[in-house]
Amino acid sequence: MLNNVNLIISINVRRFLVMCVLLFNAQPVFAKVYLSADTFVEQVVQLTNEPIHFKSNTLWLNQAIQSEIKTILDHPYAKLRLRYKISQSQQSPTTIWFLDEIGKERPISFAVAVKNQQIIQIKVLEFRESRGYEIHIPAFSQQFDNIGVDENGKLNKNIDGITGATMSVNAMKKISRVALLLHEIVVKK
Amino acid sequence: MKTKAIALAVAGILSTPNLYAAEPSNQELLDILKKQQSQIEALQEQLKKTDEKVKESDQKIESSVTAIEENLGTSSTKMPSIGGYGELHYNNIEDSESIDFHRFVLYFGHEFTDSIRFFSELELEHSLAGDGKPGEVELEQAYIEMDLSDTSKLKAGLFLVPVGILNETHEPPTFYGVERNPVEKNIIPATWWEAGAGFNTQLNDGLSLDLAIHSGLSVPTDGSKSFLIRSGRQKVASADADSLAYTARIKYTAVPGLELAASYQVQSDVTQGAFGADANLITAHAAYNSGHFGLRALYASWSIDGLEAEAVGRDTQEGFYVEPSYRINESFGLFARYNAWDNNAGDSDETEKRQTNIGLNYWPHEDVVFKLDVENRTGAQDGSGFNLGVGYQF
Repeated sequence: MLNNVNLIISINVRRFLVMCVLLFNAQPVFAKVYLSADTFVEQVVQLTNEPIHFKSNTLWLNQAIQSEIKTILDHPYAKLRLRYKISQSQQSPTTIWFLDEIGKERPISFAVAVKNQQIIQIKVLEFRESRGYEIHIPAFSQQFDNIGVDENGKLNKNIDGITGATMSVNAMKKISRVALLLHEIVVKK
Repeated sequence: MKTKAIALAVAGILSTPNLYAAEPSNQELLDILKKQQSQIEALQEQLKKTDEKVKESDQKIESSVTAIEENLGTSSTKMPSIGGYGELHYNNIEDSESIDFHRFVLYFGHEFTDSIRFFSELELEHSLAGDGKPGEVELEQAYIEMDLSDTSKLKAGLFLVPVGILNETHEPPTFYGVERNPVEKNIIPATWWEAGAGFNTQLNDGLSLDLAIHSGLSVPTDGSKSFLIRSGRQKVASADADSLAYTARIKYTAVPGLELAASYQVQSDVTQGAFGADANLITAHAAYNSGHFGLRALYASWSIDGLEAEAVGRDTQEGFYVEPSYRINESFGLFARYNAWDNNAGDSDETEKRQTNIGLNYWPHEDVVFKLDVENRTGAQDGSGFNLGVGYQF
């Protein structure tokens, strides 16, 4: 019985090796791109169900802002400024943020839309980690819909994690809090 | 008095006929206009130059900020990365007390390009290594990983075998209990690494497949540890590669909080040529977290061919555990775990070992954990006591 299994495996091993050689010759690709920034903005416009026009702004990350970000990320944000989008016509503006955070080793690119101190939508634009790609699946990212922060600055809803991908999940939770913080800063301006 | 004097002086000036004689001629006015015109032109020229300088400065600032930001980003992705974890344990089981810095681990990684990277894990076990010392220095991972497409990758080198829950993810803050569960330790046997090539592909969102060809086990063929799976780990240290092994794993993670996985492994000869003992391993596990509740369950079973393994009752080695947990808040979690395993399941003797652990994890930070559990051993082993631990990852 096992001899037959070994024979089958031997054949499959050869196929596997041939496949590997063929795949090695394939064009190398970079991060897994799930969504473009423009498509994310279009999705947010559709979600709001009202005429909405975004203008681009820049927020310089001064020491005070970096200090607040550091309390969330445990490190300053690796940029001097952030370009974001803010709606012009709405009484309560919607902001869209494009933010990166490292899960375990490599940066994950997120897009977050915030209105009324709640997340409208968060999506993974690009994923580069070796584990935890599941955070891009809508069933996971939709857990963040309508989430805000409590009086301690923590997310006010529980997020069911992913086994073996704790760091990617934590990166998404932290970026949500950063987006909510930045939204509050620019809306209060 | 003073006011009157000023008024008289002004009146005197106004009544002076020479005042009208000082009115400029047309030519003088024209000269003044020309002069003013040239001043305006000079000012406009100056303004234009200032505008250009401002634009130039803006461009310089933009370039500087971009360069700084690129460097800020590069420092975290292109430079070699360092990480690690560690755990200190205090065990008090049946009046046998010990304290041990069980694992001190450092990760080193490097990204050669966006699609080719290196990852390694170096571990010092039990603090002190060397002749007659309790510990070992172990290279547990060292491989090159290459993206083949946006859903597939290949790794080659020394890597963790894709089986079970803890074998690949075992940083102390990620699991309950001071010690790793005895089922994965004694049956799978975690932590288990081999050398070879592994292929991973995402078949669909939340469904992935791993295939690996790698070095195999080499179990002792005599003595009390003969055919004991855990004793067969060669740790890729001048290892015998006479007989290879093949592992496949399918994993489903499409539902938030849920992981279902099953692995199948074939070892062409776990004695590496001594007896020709084919073997296979089947594992299946579920891990589910929803709200405050969590549940982990795992089953693993080895089947080893050959009369030699059968003679010592180790032709079958199997075990399972169930671990419900309750996360009180971000900082505290409670768990209970029931383990049962038997490395001599092939004989008719009562050799099954059972162990129950009930305890608490406290996370003062998401990457730092303090642990406490009480332990009760039954079946083919006895003893009860408690364990304390502290662990971290970065």
